[in-house]
Amino acid sequence: MIPDMTRIKDIIARNPRQPGSLIAVLQDIQRAFHYLPQEALVETARELNVPLSKVYSASTFYNAFSLTPRGENIIRVCKGTACHIKGADLILDQLESGLKIKPGQTSKDMKYTLEVVNCVGACAMAPVMIINNKYHGTVRCDRALKLVKKG
Amino acid sequence: MRLDSVESLNRLRNESRQRLDARKKKIFVCLGPGCLAAGSDQILEEFNKLLAQENIKDYSLEAIKKTGCHGLCARGPIVVIEPEGIFYSKVKKNHVSQIIEKTLKNGELIESLLYSENGSKKKITDYRDIPFYANQYRIGLRNVGKIDPDEITDYIASGGYQALARVLTEMKPQNVIDEITQSGLRGRGGAGFPAGRKWATCAKVESDVRYVICNGDEGDPGAFMDRCIMEGDPHSIIEGMIICSYAVGSREGYIYVREEYPLAVINLQKAIDDARSYGLLGENIMGTDHCFDIKISRGGGAFVCGESSALMKSVAGDVGEPRAKYIRSVIRGLHDKPTVLNNVESFATVPVIIDKGAEWFTSVGTEKSTGTKAFSLAGKVINTGLVEVPMGVTLRHIIFDIGGGVPAGRQFKAVQTGGPSGGCLPADKLDLPVDFDTLTEAGSMMGSGGMIVMDDRTCMVEVARYFLEFLVKESCGKCVPCREGLYQLYKLCTKICEGKATEDDLVLMEKLSDTIRKASLCGLGQSGPNPFVSTVRYFRDEYLAHIRDKKCPAGVCRNLTTFTINDKCTGCLACISVCPVDAITGEKKKLHVINQELCTRCGSCYDICKFDAVDIQ
Repeated sequence: MIPDMTRIKDIIARNPRQPGSLIAVLQDIQRAFHYLPQEALVETARELNVPLSKVYSASTFYNAFSLTPRGENIIRVCKGTACHIKGADLILDQLESGLKIKPGQTSKDMKYTLEVVNCVGACAMAPVMIINNKYHGTVRCDRALKLVKKG
Repeated sequence: MRLDSVESLNRLRNESRQRLDARKKKIFVCLGPGCLAAGSDQILEEFNKLLAQENIKDYSLEAIKKTGCHGLCARGPIVVIEPEGIFYSKVKKNHVSQIIEKTLKNGELIESLLYSENGSKKKITDYRDIPFYANQYRIGLRNVGKIDPDEITDYIASGGYQALARVLTEMKPQNVIDEITQSGLRGRGGAGFPAGRKWATCAKVESDVRYVICNGDEGDPGAFMDRCIMEGDPHSIIEGMIICSYAVGSREGYIYVREEYPLAVINLQKAIDDARSYGLLGENIMGTDHCFDIKISRGGGAFVCGESSALMKSVAGDVGEPRAKYIRSVIRGLHDKPTVLNNVESFATVPVIIDKGAEWFTSVGTEKSTGTKAFSLAGKVINTGLVEVPMGVTLRHIIFDIGGGVPAGRQFKAVQTGGPSGGCLPADKLDLPVDFDTLTEAGSMMGSGGMIVMDDRTCMVEVARYFLEFLVKESCGKCVPCREGLYQLYKLCTKICEGKATEDDLVLMEKLSDTIRKASLCGLGQSGPNPFVSTVRYFRDEYLAHIRDKKCPAGVCRNLTTFTINDKCTGCLACISVCPVDAITGEKKKLHVINQELCTRCGSCYDICKFDAVDIQ
């Protein structure tokens, strides 16, 4: 799949054309494509006049970036301290075995991507799971998979 | 509208106050993270929809206000009706029409939505009478949950930007620095460095450019105070930053917000844009000579970026790796220029100190830790939520009087403060006063304010393993002691959890911790062993149970745990319904049995059983 180059160029052009814009540009591309296509990294390096190695370094350093395409539905399981002691691992177990993917992976049919996040700051509702930006609080491990399938 | 003088600000304040007359009826719908997760956005929508159709005296559409976190997240979604302070908790969308019919039209209370203390039938109407709120003292969180964060006029009506007006027209920069120094304000981000001293140093350095940065990278898992301020009262941060910029002579500022808080970015951006259009940011603020503007810099989800030098690299568009701080960032920070970096809560506190004076501020809290501190109370505690108390109150006061203690049937075991750099304190430390120095002495730290309560179903070894795993993942990899040392510590801790460790491993871990502490480059590495060091200090028995007896007393470490059902089982089917892998069989009123081949040791059966019929072995 070849990403839309005009769209990439548009996104880069929206930011000041200087090395300092690197993170902001990558964030915008990530938001638009849900991952950072290789072509986009090359284009970013050229436009902002930053070595490609540095672009690659930034895109692997920050958790917010992904170098592989992500699925239609993004499922994020919060692993903050409160969620952890209230059973986030149990939720993760159920999702891993139910969706047959590990955190960071996308199902073969490109339907689901499973991710782990450090803390989303909704600790009072722990354990928390986020399905496509919708927060689900006090998730019971035996219901997690049903919630995901429901969307 | 542009505010070109203090008089114009005062005029706007009076107009806004009249419009928001305190005696007028208002409905506050909490859109804080907890309530939002429970669907409060739908409640707001429903109120808007239904009130638009009705014509109720005193309750126009203007009466509905969306707010940031009100505090008592455990009872969310929360709806508060003012001026009576009627507190409706666990509100659902279908309750809205009932609230309109009964409470708004006829002044009747809906009993079922009112709050009652755990185990008590007595309903409390006014939230100010609820112990959770009555025991708090709010400075940094003063407006959070009480104003609409999108309305700059709400902030102005509540006295906002008055401190700035005073600073710009009546005070010299040095007076501002003196006031902050005298107030004893210490950085709320965790380390507790005196803010006044930081500002004074920055102002003294010869430089053409100085920066003011607000650290909104709240990376500690289990902390959400800063998120609530950024989302719920963004102008308080902006006002604090402008005051700082005037004191140190800066024209440019940044707010660094973590990627995981999209709503904080939106609300802050709106607040910055509004402040700019009102002439409170940009050139000639309020018609004076002072010029200052703020940009938002979004983080990329890296814990180390909360460290000052890493954060500044990230703002500059680089990978956030810390540098050795022979020269402090207040002297050479962003783009190698003098930079003041304070956290969200610190900046939000500044306007109040200017308003009420340093002397007043020092009258709250303790001698060396003045003022108040916000905490996010979470974990195994009844009243999870946002709390602000004077420094020096005890942990017991926060966890039991405000937090309501651990849920029924469980025993309090430990409280974790300070995030991954902090530590766990046991029950016999509950009467320690909460201030910067006491917590550090006890082997934990204040940190940014995450407070996670743990009960007897939390394994302390596993908690240490969890934090080490977190730190290994988040280590930037620049220095060896942190990158390799923490990884080895993590591997050894995992070995204990799996029941494969010996007592020699424990000795090795203690030695290793010492080296990591002394040899790491930045604070993340230096404090990295803390989760292990503090748990082994206070819960050594639990470590030894894993090593010698190959047992996990809390029933968490799966290799060392077996759940069985004893003859107290009444055959109620509850455990069968929660078992995620269908490992439990049995009929109603007959003894249930766990199939150990299928069991994943999640403990759901143990947690739901009301008859003590599940044993941990």
